[in-house]
Amino acid sequence: MAVKVLIPTPLRPHARGKSVAEFQAKTVAEALSHLAAEFADLKKHLFTDQGKLRSFVNVYVNGEDIRYLAQENTPTKDGDTINIIPSIAGGGGDAADARRFS
Amino acid sequence: MTDTNKLWISEELAEAIRGHGVETYPHECCGALLGRDAISDGQETRPREILGLFPLVNRRGDSPHNRFSVAPQDVLNADKAAQARALEVIGWYHSHPDHPARPSDYDREHAWPWYSYVIVSVQIGVPQEMSSWRLNDDRAGYSGETIEIRSGTTVKSLI
Repeated sequence: MAVKVLIPTPLRPHARGKSVAEFQAKTVAEALSHLAAEFADLKKHLFTDQGKLRSFVNVYVNGEDIRYLAQENTPTKDGDTINIIPSIAGGGGDAADARRFS
Repeated sequence: MTDTNKLWISEELAEAIRGHGVETYPHECCGALLGRDAISDGQETRPREILGLFPLVNRRGDSPHNRFSVAPQDVLNADKAAQARALEVIGWYHSHPDHPARPSDYDREHAWPWYSYVIVSVQIGVPQEMSSWRLNDDRAGYSGETIEIRSGTTVKSLI
């Protein structure tokens, strides 16, 4: 038994095509750190240069958003599923442009 | 090798994206691109192809003129809609009201790899050029994809 991490489609090319990886981990941070260690190319897409989880990376443990739990310190146990779900964001121009066109 | 620089779309779906941008102007529209990734038999390559759209509500109520946001639940719903049609979410589209169809720094900073990002420019309520791009693996830049508008392809639009 281990903690299961579900890898979203856009990251699979950086995870040798895998959709699931399993690790021994006591927290979300530990599981994600194992994930980034096994698939080094994933790291920059999940974490900022300062090592923080990117704002558009959403992590759920057994369906619960870790933002409402203990963030990356959320404990995990054998049989848990960690789901990484993208949120999508973007837009044209900067804030000054937004005021100009509003 | 697969052709990662080309994206097929029917005129009908291209028109639907433009129409969505006009409908939400002066706010940004957004939605998912459903389709199939490029496939290669070793000799010939069939480019990535958009076969359906899944229009979404822009969740950025605070700054919808120049920002869009798709919530994780919307991403899951788009995935389900794609799977129901034996397709996958191959990317996302959004509009740039009164801005060119070029990815902004904000677009790049928030982009995921692999996905195609289609942008339609809407100037004073009138749709203009459409472009597509993908984030480079180093996250420092992006590569353009050539949008090839095809007629006569089988189209399954969700809108």
